[in-house]
Amino acid sequence: MRRLSASTKVAGLALAAPALLMLLAFYLVPVGRVLALSFTDPRPGLDNYALLFTSSAIQAVLLATVRICLITTAIAVPLGYAMAYVIVTGSQRMRTFLLFGVLLPLWVSALARSFVWVTLLQRRGLINQWLQGAGLIDEPLPLIWNQFGVVVGMVHYMIPYAALPLIAVMSGIDLKLVEAARGMGASKGRAFRAVFLPLSMPGIAASALLVLILTFGFYTTPAILGGGRVMMIAQYITTQILVLPRWGVGAMLAVLLVAVTVALLGLLARFFDPAHMRPERP
Amino acid sequence: MNGALLHPSRGVRALAAAAALFLLAPLLVVVPISLTDQTYLSLPQEGVSLAHYQALWTDPEWLSAFGQSAWIACVATLLATSAGTFCALGCWRLGGRLSAGIRALMVLPAVIPPVVYALGIYRLWIDLKLLDTYTGVIIAHGLMGMPYVLITVSAALSGFDRRLEEAAAGLGAGPVRRLRFIVLPIIAPGIVSGALLAFMTSWDELIVVLFIASRRIVTLPRQIWDGINDDLDPSIAAVAVLLIALSAALLLADQMLRRRAA
Repeated sequence: MRRLSASTKVAGLALAAPALLMLLAFYLVPVGRVLALSFTDPRPGLDNYALLFTSSAIQAVLLATVRICLITTAIAVPLGYAMAYVIVTGSQRMRTFLLFGVLLPLWVSALARSFVWVTLLQRRGLINQWLQGAGLIDEPLPLIWNQFGVVVGMVHYMIPYAALPLIAVMSGIDLKLVEAARGMGASKGRAFRAVFLPLSMPGIAASALLVLILTFGFYTTPAILGGGRVMMIAQYITTQILVLPRWGVGAMLAVLLVAVTVALLGLLARFFDPAHMRPERP
Repeated sequence: MNGALLHPSRGVRALAAAAALFLLAPLLVVVPISLTDQTYLSLPQEGVSLAHYQALWTDPEWLSAFGQSAWIACVATLLATSAGTFCALGCWRLGGRLSAGIRALMVLPAVIPPVVYALGIYRLWIDLKLLDTYTGVIIAHGLMGMPYVLITVSAALSGFDRRLEEAAAGLGAGPVRRLRFIVLPIIAPGIVSGALLAFMTSWDELIVVLFIASRRIVTLPRQIWDGINDDLDPSIAAVAVLLIALSAALLLADQMLRRRAA
């Protein structure tokens, strides 16, 4: 193999070249060009970035985005943890059912899943009908086109992503360590808190970061279940470009999205080697 | 391994099961809704009806959306799978820091939020006059699918014993023969797995299509999007059921591939 190494290198580069050239021409250059507009459109300078401090509309969008990210993460990660824990330590039957629960939604499009929530949550939707039929409420509850609807849809979308890194990390934990703690007289709860939980911490960090990254730039679900009243950053960017168009503002927010995503990914890489995670769904 | 000492308590099991139900039950609820005999989203009142499935079958807009999406997704998958597989093979040969750098660049389309890509490609296609064309959408979707192929094929290659190829080389097999008869058969499950992900990426893609397609190209996600924003007709529920069934089928196919690869 050693004697092949020079020609191997050329062959390797030649094989990678088509993909790299396509990436350069149809991804890196066009995206870079647009991000640069944040400094040049409508005129050179940092005016677009100043809007972060002066525009109350943009601040409201960012606040809503951060709030929904945090709420979604706070709900999806514990639920993902419970699912992963039972998948790793529970009975075979439970394991099959829960794995199906994690994997199937990953393969169903965000659009179809958001639509399903519309049928359930809308004014004349199934949940309001059931509640009214049961005599629990007189008027339909406002379950959709507000923050509640967006959070329900986002949590539904994100639980599988929260569970995946937790399953990966928990499968790597040597369960004999927990058994040893039990054997030495620790209660079940104590063995969990003192042994299993600390060992699963990288999984918790990875899971929370993954959910934050994905939620921060998400378009479909907030756009459908927020109904224009709850606006997150991706939808706001879309409006800036397709409706107004204000390229400079849209590009500035895109830079912000990229910066936050890259920063969170950097953190994620510290806790978690992505090579351990099976790619499941975009 | 899972000794009784570690068995999760009833509370934890109940929470996990509740989460799984929360994930799965809504996907099942659309089935009865798609069979409603009413003209709005509701459960069947007098009896079940296949009218909304029939509407899909006869409505030229839905048929065209299915056809366009299938065509775009197939060609984009071909593009993503060939370029992504070659790239993974190239990285595998290169090894070391260079290949790590290439991989880090190549996964960008999968990790940067697609709305950012939508802005970039929209502006480029305005300049190149590729807005609202098959070529434009196929290239964009191909780019978005490539990272998944690279990841799955690289994973398949990481378990590959290089000595097999060296042995074949020692026996006089040239690079093409080695690729065809030694490498490809072993990484085939990884390629197919990546192709499935690339297909689903294009098949479900909404935000980029909202930017770069308008009248001539109306993919299925775009058609559903318009339907949700317009009149919420129960035929969307029928489409959702078909999409969920397709996803379940692809999930099973993928699981079988992974089992074979393992």
